Amino acid sequence: MVNYNAQLDRTFAALVDPTRRAILARLERDDSASVSDLARPFAIKLPAVMKHLDVLDDAGLITRQKVGRTVTVRLRPQPMRAALEWLRRYERFWSGKLDRLAAFAERKEADARRRSR
Amino acid sequence: MTQLTLIRRIAARPSIVFDALTTPESIACWWGPDAGPVLKAETDLRVGGRFCVRFRTLDGLEHESSGEYLEIIKPKRLAMSWRWTGGVEDSGESRIDIELRPVGDGTELTFTHSRLQDEDSRRSHEDGWGGALDKLQKHLAQD
Repeated sequence: MVNYNAQLDRTFAALVDPTRRAILARLERDDSASVSDLARPFAIKLPAVMKHLDVLDDAGLITRQKVGRTVTVRLRPQPMRAALEWLRRYERFWSGKLDRLAAFAERKEADARRRSR
Repeated sequence: MTQLTLIRRIAARPSIVFDALTTPESIACWWGPDAGPVLKAETDLRVGGRFCVRFRTLDGLEHESSGEYLEIIKPKRLAMSWRWTGGVEDSGESRIDIELRPVGDGTELTFTHSRLQDEDSRRSHEDGWGGALDKLQKHLAQD
């Protein structure tokens, strides 16, 4: 469980940055891209892009493969699936609770109105 | 770092909804029993006071969550910290914000569960965590 949460923290920490999300979106569209392709749309220098790629790599969200002088980057979506499942679990939990809270409060409201008549 | 927001329209005035959220007898009524009985509900409704709910789910496991009231504006606003304490799960400390807005004779309840860790991530979050999630969902739908 602790490892699971550590992985979630890494996933969310990686996803919280707009540049990194843009990189992931690009990889989702194009399947794979070289580091210089990925850097092109951004107004930041290549080393900064490399740092973002390190964070994404540590979180397991991308893979990097070096062939000759070119590094090819690919999306690895599994950690995102875990993150999404975690959110859905919370949503189911609270959604059920709030439905019951609403039904309970509505009964109380009906009681209060009956008493004040 | 991430957050969940749910909105409900409730046909009850805000003061009734607020009491339902904060009195132990009420919590014991609505928290269960579809998920199992509530074994303990305690609230100390003042800023810095603590709450605790212990319940059993249908799989027989007991869970406990507790936290501290961070903000109380009756009957409009409630904020508290939240942590799973009695079970196998340790998700760290998160935060719950509840806003109650009168709408006609009833209430619009906005519930937000967040675990934002610093201002910076909150800003990024506002920039488009929702958008990122949409993207993820789209991606997963293609699998």
